[in-house]
Amino acid sequence: MGSVTRIVVQRLFLGLLTLFVVSIVIFTAVNLLPGDFAQAILGQGATPEAVESIRRDLGLDQPPITRYFQWLAGAMQGDLGTSFAQANFASFTGTDSGATTVAAQIAPRFANTMFLAGVTAAIAVPVSLTLGILAALYRNSVFDRAANMFTLSSISSPEFFLAYILILFLAVLNPLLPSLSNIYAGMTLGERLERTLLPALTLTLVVTAHMMRMTRAAIINLLASPYIEMARLKGMSPMRVIVRHALPNALAPIINVIALNLAYLITGVVVVEVVFVYPGIGQLFVDSVKIRDIPVVQACCLLFAAAYILLNLTADILSILSNPRLRHPK
Amino acid sequence: MNLVLGCLAILAVLVAAGWGFRFVGRMSGRALFKDMELATAFGWMLLVFLAMGGVWLFFFVPAAVFFRWAVQGFIVFAIMAFLFRLLGRNVGPNGTRRLFRQMPLTASFGILIIIIYAVLAIFAGVIAPHGQEEVFARVNVLPGGDVAMGGDPAFPLGTDQIGRDLLSRLIYGAQNTVGIAFATTVIAFLLGGTLGFLAATIGGWLDQLLSRMVDVLMAIPSLIFALLLMTIASAWAGSQQQLLTLYMILIIAVIDSTRVYRLARAVGGNIVVMDYIEAAKLRGEGMVYLIFKEILPNATSPLLAEFGLRFCFVFLTIASLSFLGVGIQPPLADWGTMVRDLSQFINFAAFSPLTAALPLMAAGAIALLTVAVNFVVDWMLHRSSGLKE
Repeated sequence: MGSVTRIVVQRLFLGLLTLFVVSIVIFTAVNLLPGDFAQAILGQGATPEAVESIRRDLGLDQPPITRYFQWLAGAMQGDLGTSFAQANFASFTGTDSGATTVAAQIAPRFANTMFLAGVTAAIAVPVSLTLGILAALYRNSVFDRAANMFTLSSISSPEFFLAYILILFLAVLNPLLPSLSNIYAGMTLGERLERTLLPALTLTLVVTAHMMRMTRAAIINLLASPYIEMARLKGMSPMRVIVRHALPNALAPIINVIALNLAYLITGVVVVEVVFVYPGIGQLFVDSVKIRDIPVVQACCLLFAAAYILLNLTADILSILSNPRLRHPK
Repeated sequence: MNLVLGCLAILAVLVAAGWGFRFVGRMSGRALFKDMELATAFGWMLLVFLAMGGVWLFFFVPAAVFFRWAVQGFIVFAIMAFLFRLLGRNVGPNGTRRLFRQMPLTASFGILIIIIYAVLAIFAGVIAPHGQEEVFARVNVLPGGDVAMGGDPAFPLGTDQIGRDLLSRLIYGAQNTVGIAFATTVIAFLLGGTLGFLAATIGGWLDQLLSRMVDVLMAIPSLIFALLLMTIASAWAGSQQQLLTLYMILIIAVIDSTRVYRLARAVGGNIVVMDYIEAAKLRGEGMVYLIFKEILPNATSPLLAEFGLRFCFVFLTIASLSFLGVGIQPPLADWGTMVRDLSQFINFAAFSPLTAALPLMAAGAIALLTVAVNFVVDWMLHRSSGLKE
């Protein structure tokens, strides 16, 4: 058990280190912007005094390294800074509702995105595992070939193409589901699910194809091994051979693929959220990119990268734990 | 609720039909039916059921226009791919004939589509009826060319909100979107390939430095990183839209070159340890000779397959960026932007199917090319690895 904890701790440390370096990259990239935040807020007609006072307020007059550590320390404590757009809006209308911090903007949207990803995973994982096992069982049959063509096409289509096709058939021609997912606080779970279903189905289509192909490949890889041959010669049914003998050994690559695809969901979510106007973090990110609301862009980027690194790390650790040969290295 | 019950009932009927089908088959005493599993019989019944449903939709439901178009398109493309393969088998030098003889239909379909796109992209200026930036007085002309419906025979696919011909913009989209994606992929390959081979041949600190840098860049999801950098690039470019497109090419090329670097380094690392490299080094050949004359020719086939896949990723990334509004900038015609601008038309599907199909045409043009490239790459990998499965 000692070696396992050591490996896990080692990987966790590596993940943290990566995240730290990534935060440096993001911070440096943002600081390459011409001019600075103060000018970005005030626009071109600003007086030098006003620019100077905002720079002092935001701490922009300090050297970059100090600012970086302040930002990092703030981010650790959940304080991600002030959103330009919201601050602008608040000063324009004269109301300070307290929603000007980036954290206050991101938190509810992050929960929405997690909900969407959760619904997608709940549909996609069982479906793709079943289909993958079936495709491995009936390999080279009509079903397998049709599935292969279908998955290859849906992997290579852009997300918005699949999204609009689903909208066309499930929302416009046969009005079964709403094509706009306006989600607000205080909805019942049923309503929420109904509004989330169409974006979740789009993401499912993209992710399922990948997971199913990988599951099929992982199982077929094992079918040439002697112990599978043995089980077959014993007179076992093909289904039993695959489920009892092949599947447990194919678990490591399958878990890996599931985790990697959940990581893929994070980037896929951006486009799909924009298509369905789903109030998630991807939508917020794209909107902030368009109006150059730098603190929000920075925070979203860090959040996406953290989730991505975390999921990759999980995949790594799980595949070590599920493989006895990696668990007990010589 | 009724929907779920209906589906369950259909499944039950299909299982029963499968059992009956097998039972009747066994009466004839054929070995095929004796060994048949119930699941296989069910699969055949499902296929028959789906085929019957398709025929019913195609011939007896007037409202299923989109389904009819999809089926017709599928059949037309299948026939075209078959004819193209037939042509390839009988015309041309012996080498290509042999290639076409072993080719599956999907691969010949892919090659045909790639050729069509290449022709459209190169000769867009000749084929398109109007220019991509040309603005006409008639705005919002409906597609179809039917004057009674608000169309105009001069604009077969209609015009957009400011009066640009949509057919011409679709054709020019091939030039802009595909051309820019192709250029980006080439830059990514030059950058990633060179650095990867250098890291493999020189090794040591250069290898460590480059590899760690690539690791960090790959830890950020590529679309997210591209969006972040595009924010900065848009501030740099200011009001010069052409400059922004150039920045986008560079940004995506750098992000994607990390993936190429990984592959080139791995492939190069396997080649560098070979005896003929040792011999060349002893002969006193320089680094340039080693990379271009010894390593590159032996790394062609994995790099070529990677080029196809990389092109798909770059193409989809650019399309997504344009769709989100930060990619290829107007006045250049581009499919991603067209999908976004025309997306509202999808709500008219019940009244004017052709209008609703406009955004799908632009999105479908993107999907068709990536599917085609993927089919070809799939076949190439299958052939070079000699895989049976």
